[in-house]
Amino acid sequence: MFKYFPHTEEDLQEMLKAAGAKSVHDLFDDVPEAARFKREYELPEALSETDLRLFFEQLTAPDNAMQLVCFAGAGCYDHYAPSVVQNLIQRSEFLTSYTPYQAEISQGTLHYIFEYQSMIAELTGMDIANASMYDGATATAEAAMMAWGNAKKANCVLMSETVDPKVRRVVETYAHFHGFPIKLVPAVNGVLDRSALDKEIAEGGVAGLIVQQPNYYGIVENYTGIADALHEQKGIFVVNANPSDLAILKTPAEWGADVAVGEGQSLGIPMTFGGPGVGYMACTEKLMRKLPGRIVGQTLDNRGQRAFVLTLQAREQHIRRQKATSNICSNQSLMALYVTIYLSLMGKEGLREVAEMSYAGAHSLRDKLIATGKFKDTFPGQPFFNEFCVDYEGDLEALLDECTANGYLAGVQVGEKTLMLAVTEQRSTEEIDELVEIIQQFKEEEAKA
Amino acid sequence: MNRTLYGNLIFELSKKGRKGYSLPQDYDRTHTTAELPEALRRKEAARLPECDELTVVRHYTNLSHNNFGVNDGFYPLGSCTMKYNPVINEEIAGMKAFAGLHPLQPAVTCQGALEVYYNLQESLAELAGLSEFTLNPCAGAHGELTGLMVIRAYHESQGDIRTKVLIPDSAHGTNPASAAVCGLEVVEVKSLADGTVDVDHLRQLLSEMGSEVAAMMMTNPNTLGIFEPRVLEITEMVHKAGGLMYYDGANLNALLGECRPGDMGFDVMHINLHKTFSTPHGGGGPGSGPVGVRKGLEQFLPTPRVKKVVVNYDLPEDGPTEWEGFIVDWGTASDINNSNKPLGSVGNFFGNFGVMLKAYTYILSLGSENIKHVGPLATLNANYIKERLRDSYLLPISGLCKHEVVFDGLVDKSSGVTTMDVAKRLLDYGYHAPTIYFPLLFHESLMIEPTENESKETIDAFIDVMHKIAKEAKTDPELVKTAPHNTPIGRVDDVLAAKNPITTYWKSKE
Amino acid sequence: MAKFEEGLRYSESHEYIRVEGEYGYIGISDYAQHALGNVVYVDMPEVDDEVTAGEEFGAVESVKAASDLISPVSGTVVEVNEALEDQPELLNEDAFANWIIKVQLSDPSELDALMDVEAYKEHCKE
Repeated sequence: MFKYFPHTEEDLQEMLKAAGAKSVHDLFDDVPEAARFKREYELPEALSETDLRLFFEQLTAPDNAMQLVCFAGAGCYDHYAPSVVQNLIQRSEFLTSYTPYQAEISQGTLHYIFEYQSMIAELTGMDIANASMYDGATATAEAAMMAWGNAKKANCVLMSETVDPKVRRVVETYAHFHGFPIKLVPAVNGVLDRSALDKEIAEGGVAGLIVQQPNYYGIVENYTGIADALHEQKGIFVVNANPSDLAILKTPAEWGADVAVGEGQSLGIPMTFGGPGVGYMACTEKLMRKLPGRIVGQTLDNRGQRAFVLTLQAREQHIRRQKATSNICSNQSLMALYVTIYLSLMGKEGLREVAEMSYAGAHSLRDKLIATGKFKDTFPGQPFFNEFCVDYEGDLEALLDECTANGYLAGVQVGEKTLMLAVTEQRSTEEIDELVEIIQQFKEEEAKA
Repeated sequence: MNRTLYGNLIFELSKKGRKGYSLPQDYDRTHTTAELPEALRRKEAARLPECDELTVVRHYTNLSHNNFGVNDGFYPLGSCTMKYNPVINEEIAGMKAFAGLHPLQPAVTCQGALEVYYNLQESLAELAGLSEFTLNPCAGAHGELTGLMVIRAYHESQGDIRTKVLIPDSAHGTNPASAAVCGLEVVEVKSLADGTVDVDHLRQLLSEMGSEVAAMMMTNPNTLGIFEPRVLEITEMVHKAGGLMYYDGANLNALLGECRPGDMGFDVMHINLHKTFSTPHGGGGPGSGPVGVRKGLEQFLPTPRVKKVVVNYDLPEDGPTEWEGFIVDWGTASDINNSNKPLGSVGNFFGNFGVMLKAYTYILSLGSENIKHVGPLATLNANYIKERLRDSYLLPISGLCKHEVVFDGLVDKSSGVTTMDVAKRLLDYGYHAPTIYFPLLFHESLMIEPTENESKETIDAFIDVMHKIAKEAKTDPELVKTAPHNTPIGRVDDVLAAKNPITTYWKSKE
Repeated sequence: MAKFEEGLRYSESHEYIRVEGEYGYIGISDYAQHALGNVVYVDMPEVDDEVTAGEEFGAVESVKAASDLISPVSGTVVEVNEALEDQPELLNEDAFANWIIKVQLSDPSELDALMDVEAYKEHCKE
């Protein structure tokens, strides 16, 4: 037998006898003949562990998985995490457990989710956070549905054009099928066009507005006054914020947000080709019962001890079925644990240091790129955090190829001439200088020849 | 375990000035965030904990001791397929070369990752008997929603407005919730006394509203662990009415090796990689819920899509050259409202790639020659438990079950011991509880799913304990009603938690 | 044993209405609160909201269940029982004394479609 199957021939015979069957296939006698699968699967034969390792080593050989020095962001960032984090989340009591339905033997999970909720609430300034969502994009889509569901008389949900186009696409997909219109509010010079927004709000029927901070282009926008304007119309304000930057930046709560969402990958989670990360979602107490997803609450057990338990479950699909606030029934629990341990170690000071280093690196890189004479600011004068856009005068694709060939992922191309670069605390001054040097030396004519 | 020492919240262990990280100090400090206008900065620092490394290590290690995982003991949680999570899966998923990949790096620089992605798509299609899969959805419910979006996109492309979804009343609550999120109206199909779909009722519904039916969602084996014997008839009826058949892959584990959803007539389905393909549940996630479709529906799958291509170059020196490799189709902004185009996107990037690595490792570990035993062995284990427990626990539906079996509480309910009590008493004996009070068809549902990984000895020991609890229910009912006794905490006050929700540390301090 | 109160009108979904002039006080029956168990939250409409006979106007939640509140009549909400915001358990203590909303009736003839206490008792036995 195979290593994951403990059944010996003797076991099989005894168990079949008890079950009243001659062979295991008899247990499928209730499957109609026409639906029975009678051939072998066309799949590879079993690989031993040795062969498995070899197989994956080949797949990750330098040619197949280039380890590039990462200056790309656009929603996925190369941050540092203490060694402890990965080690602790691999503990099998966390890794191999289910959703904590049986509170008596799930206090580990419930306890860390409570801590996670507290940390997200603190970073965003909101009253209550759920136990996490799939990712930042789906969390934003859920927030859009929350806004729509909350509105009594509305005809649309507004979304700023400066929200990450990937996130916008997910929100628009959800809205299309759920059945409400998303209206894009245009941008000027890389930020939300306030006069266009004022006009939309004045027209009425706005269930809510979704913005991003820092926005897709890395710009830190000023959202003063927006919440009040929305609230006057009974619309809700949704801020998608990068939690790592919230060590420094004004919180969604300080902007007057009703709902805060975002992607938690920037809290030290490895990029892993884009997932798993973790979406976060938090809101005001007023909207608590409209919040989707799992929520852990504090209570007491019958011995008088502090204990934690899944709560406010009447919102959820297993009770409400089609009337639930959302269809979500799981979370990204293990990634929430990752974030919790990361934030416990980094703490108040560490997260600020990460933010300062990332900010300093990005601004230094921007200065050096402008100094090459080959770039111009795409959005002159706009304050940014650790990600920014510059316009390249020549063939941007050729330049990026050159950087890749030298082992550098020089950012993400966001327009024909526009390059978006992100810097985290992981990027050393040497790496920044070398990237600038590669770009400085690059001559298109030579590349073409 | 000593709760007075280790029962703290991390915030209660914090002390100003401590830290648990180290960062390089030699960086260019020309710019600081003080440059940002004050209006853009937060007023007060976030009150995150300040702890040294050992304090954090001990805190979370001790928390883990208050948890119970598959590695700790038998986990017969029905409908959750708590199978063994192989360690080699973790080793492969943890490879640095994968962890360091940015999702937007050029496809030519990450062919290895794209190959895994593509091969997993193909493997799932073969196992499901369908044409193509997307791996974008992050969980089962996310997959259901995506699958229903595919179905709606298909009908839209036909210029056909269909707004209703038929769902058996025995279905899991996620099915109707997903339908509602997808903007569809739920119509319940009744079940017969044996828990299977009432085909006559289905026929009646189809004759009343067939032209409005977008799809029927089904789990097979159903939530009672019973194979729907008339499945072929059902899929044919729904197809005749112009609807599509959606297969909820929650119970797919039972069928591996014996039966494929595509061959039963299903058009769209999702698979829970964290159930059938051995990836860990992680206390609630991350999961992965790939969605597969039959031929003719591929164009609606969401982007990004990973595709295999052959490109022909004509190089001046080498002459015509062929490059076979993998590319990413990111879709375009206008897709969402266009017919015959991808339905849009359902997540940040590609989905939970780390989870996919584990699932693909599992498939390669088992290979075609072992994977076919999964369904039969899981089914044997469940039927064995069914026959051996039916003396003490009420078996409402006899006959074959598949990978799980549902009891309706104790046979002898005279002492008032409920399913909840039995479940809690099991914790005392070192077992995880079965799924309780689901499905809703019975008042005292107790749903046991052993998976193929459990040995006869493990199962026998569990059976013995179950009989012992049934005896205790007669001889000492109070002992069972007040269980658990040996766990870190006792039964919790749900009402207190819900009435006055305390969901953060600071709220608890108020 | 559930209690029943004379003089009220009852709906099949277990709401009652106590009519006083052009106003009606709507709540859930004692039978309903028994079935729900410990009530932990009452989701109520706002004053001036319109309610329609047969349509939901809120929900009552216990830990493991939730039940939509279906309005037995049409009209305008003139008052909500704010005490229930902090003390939802009042519904368990005395469902009839603790109405949920007060409505100005727009069509008193709708009351005729509701059950009297005897008919409602029969309904609960089914």
